[in-house]
Amino acid sequence: MPQVTFRISRGSTHQDSQFVDYQTDITEGMVVLDAVHQIQEESAPDLACRWNCKAGKCGSCSAEINGKPRLMCMTRMDTIPTDQPVTIEPMKAFPRIRDLVTDVSWNYEVKKRIKKFKPRKPDAPDGTWRMQQVDVDRVQEFRKCIECFLCQNVCHVLRDHHKHDEFSGPRHYVYTAALEMHPLDTEDRIKDVKDEQNIGYCNITKCCTKVCPEHITITDNAIIPLKERVGDEFYDPVRKLFRIFRPGK
Amino acid sequence: MSKYTTHEYDVLVIGAGGAGLRAAIEASGSGVTCGLVCKSLLGKAHTVMAEGGMAAALANVDERDSWTTHFADTMRGGQYLNNWRMAELHAKEAPDRVRELEAWGAVMDRTKDGKILQRNFGGHKYPRLAHVGDRTGLEMIRTLQDHGIHQGIQVHMEVTVVELLTDGERVIGAFAYERDHGRFVVFKAKAVVMATGGIGRAFRITSNSWEYTGDGHALAYLAGADLMDMEFIQFHPTGMVWPPSVRGILVTEGVRGEGGILTNSEGRRFMFDDIPDAYTSSTSDNEEEGWRYVTGDKSARRPPELLTRDHVARCIVREVKAGRGSPHGGVFLDIAWIKQHISDSEAHIKKKLPSMYHQFKELANVDITQEPMEVGPTTHYVMGGIKVDGDSQMSTVPGLFAAGECAAGLHGANRLGGNSLSDLVVFGKRAGEYAAKFAKDNSTGQVNDDQVSKIAAWAEAPFERGNSGENPFTIQSDLQVMMQDKVGIVREENELNEALDALEKLKARAEHAAADVNRDYNPGWHTAMDLRNLLTVSEASARSALQRTESRGAHTRLDHPDKNDEEAKVNNVVRKGSDGQMLIERIPITPIRNDLQQIIEENK
Ligand SMILES: Cc1cc2nc3c(=O)[nH]c(=O)nc-3n(C[C@H](O)[C@H](O)[C@H](O)COP(=O)(O)OP(=O)(O)OC[C@H]3O[C@@H](n4cnc5c(N)ncnc54)[C@H](O)[C@@H]3O)c2cc1C
Ligand code: SF4
Ligand code: SF4
Ligand code: FES
Repeated sequence: MPQVTFRISRGSTHQDSQFVDYQTDITEGMVVLDAVHQIQEESAPDLACRWNCKAGKCGSCSAEINGKPRLMCMTRMDTIPTDQPVTIEPMKAFPRIRDLVTDVSWNYEVKKRIKKFKPRKPDAPDGTWRMQQVDVDRVQEFRKCIECFLCQNVCHVLRDHHKHDEFSGPRHYVYTAALEMHPLDTEDRIKDVKDEQNIGYCNITKCCTKVCPEHITITDNAIIPLKERVGDEFYDPVRKLFRIFRPGK
Repeated sequence: MSKYTTHEYDVLVIGAGGAGLRAAIEASGSGVTCGLVCKSLLGKAHTVMAEGGMAAALANVDERDSWTTHFADTMRGGQYLNNWRMAELHAKEAPDRVRELEAWGAVMDRTKDGKILQRNFGGHKYPRLAHVGDRTGLEMIRTLQDHGIHQGIQVHMEVTVVELLTDGERVIGAFAYERDHGRFVVFKAKAVVMATGGIGRAFRITSNSWEYTGDGHALAYLAGADLMDMEFIQFHPTGMVWPPSVRGILVTEGVRGEGGILTNSEGRRFMFDDIPDAYTSSTSDNEEEGWRYVTGDKSARRPPELLTRDHVARCIVREVKAGRGSPHGGVFLDIAWIKQHISDSEAHIKKKLPSMYHQFKELANVDITQEPMEVGPTTHYVMGGIKVDGDSQMSTVPGLFAAGECAAGLHGANRLGGNSLSDLVVFGKRAGEYAAKFAKDNSTGQVNDDQVSKIAAWAEAPFERGNSGENPFTIQSDLQVMMQDKVGIVREENELNEALDALEKLKARAEHAAADVNRDYNPGWHTAMDLRNLLTVSEASARSALQRTESRGAHTRLDHPDKNDEEAKVNNVVRKGSDGQMLIERIPITPIRNDLQQIIEENK
């Protein structure tokens, strides 16, 4: 493959950033992250980007490639057009630190405010629990999340309306759903889902689901069931009563 | 003097992988203040990448398993150079640590009767690895992270430690910089736990990320601690080999655990051709029995693909050298073949090995449910590390503890797959516990301003070199090529000597590594500083490899192809001499306790 031009957004804030063009050779099988590393080595050692695993497992290398939010390490060069410059920009929903690196610390703060896992008492004779595979399958889908925050990045409530103070975003609905549907968990987070995480702002656009590199069905499997639980608990007195008598949740 | 901010904790944990997180949880739970620093964001440490599972003799799948068998397997795998006390504690405590993860919210795959499922792995006699598909590390790190954030631990993300601060003999803190804007930080601590992981970035073909520059090893060494077993670097037999940009990325041993076979260009299952004596009684000699083993037949012996990693890697190298390799210089790893035995093999493979399926589909255009993968050895893990006391995990320097991959002892000459994740939680907990105890028994040390200003000046130096300096990435990449060539999977005296000469030249070049622009999130600057650590661990490995004149475990010497009984009695230790030179010492292995020796004999 030929020399390709990469148009990389550089700077320390979104407002003051500018695109800089770099040329580099592309060889078979390369991913966008390889190209960024090659550019670092050849001409821009101070070009900032995050990465760790280079295999789609750690969720560090999130960026917007030709305007699409993706993992740089899982975007093969032969899947994007190279006759025009390839643009690489950082995620827009978070403040920029430098170049492709953004300050995602807000996500960690939000998570801390969600009530932690609280298991029921061990019920097997050996002091542990028994769980069936079918019961853990559903939660395991949510636990695949690699915290790349791409879903947060595309959600209009955060990206366009900047509701970071009120709205916890799709990642944290996935996290909450994993806890709520955990076969052992006994905590109740539904009031918080409504009042603290403000799930009501979500109008089910499904943009989050579309970008999730782990193919988690965020909207259908996490958000909608949570919304239903909120509905049950706060807007439907009969079902609420019913829930009280249901074991677990 | 350069400006810095100061934080003070009873216990400072450096590294937030499985070992560091577990240590911090333990320390903070024992009533001392605890700070945790990591180079990356929380949850991104190498532990997140672990795939296959966590070894613990839960005996959920095969009731014959017990800590004694796990202990014997670990010692045999390590060729008896292991710290036997650590192997004992590890085998005994791993089951509790796994159950504890479940109590903290981990959701592992289940057996039919609802217990934690366990899978086969190389060198483990029984199915022993608790797992979640092939993303076990993610489950572990997320569980520890989500539990840990509620334990009052102060987390400093994207902060890199560049030196340990000492007061006399004792370690009393650390000097670091914040990646985002390059500000300096001094941590004062009564005890420090090192949990920084491995050294794989010293090699060109590696499954390891940029973080694995041997920081903990080098920092401890520079602070006066002993490093042990540094010649033992595990080359995992199955890394991706094609396309070039993914070369080295790991293909989990879980593929073989689920029935994957290795074949050469002639279609031959070459692993049957060479089964080491120590394993003949437990290894099947025909395909039919091997398959029965994989499907859980307890009377069957394991297939030869599940021999230890050092051996499988050598067999692959042999096939490739003999011209029987795959088109891109590896061999074939085939899981698709199980369709001969299983009707819904496609769904089965996707369920058992989802991320492998993904990885090959997306990075190599290979559908592993239909076609074989091409694989070859990749630098994966360092058995060597900071020498510690088996019970307390304290290094030879008071106040400095170590756990996880950066500590030595548990794995001896070769680590069994799955024994790392369990290592992290067993010894992470112990390190946290004993560091907290040390902190309670000792007062805060005195930070030496002179040491701080020296290291700050060293850290700033790359910016002063400007145009006369060299690109740090070039130096790093030259080092990686050299190490791969001369200190790689097979070694020889003259090449190791050449490596030591080359390292001197690279050290001189590293003194001129330059950085540009400013200190804001600047990878060039970070790499310039990392070079010192990479060079230190590379030298320690080369020197130790030269010292060990035999082939054992992961260490293969072409000029000394056999095991040597004299070498079986010693561990190699490196430490910093008073003139700054690296000294090497051969330390006799403490004679093993009789009851443990007996367990080994019974399991032979
Ligand atoms: C692809 C892959 C698959 C694997 N699969 C398995 C498996 O199935 N089973 C198994 O048992 N093992 C497996 N391993 C090995 C195992 O994952 C690692 O050995 C283990 O996770 C190491 O954990 P740790 O806690 O020691 O260090 P890590 O998880 O690597 O964490 C190191 C931490 O130290 C921090 N750090 C490093 N240097 C500094 C510094 N200077 N300042 C501040 N912080 C620093 C890093 O930021 C990081 O937080 C695998 C390894 C790889 C690479
Ligand atoms: S579905 Fe809801 S959470 Fe997801 S992007 Fe749309 S508004 Fe945001
Ligand atoms: S839910 Fe998906 S998109 Fe969102 S953070 Fe997790 S992995 Fe990324
Ligand atoms: S580098 Fe880990 S997901 Fe891309």
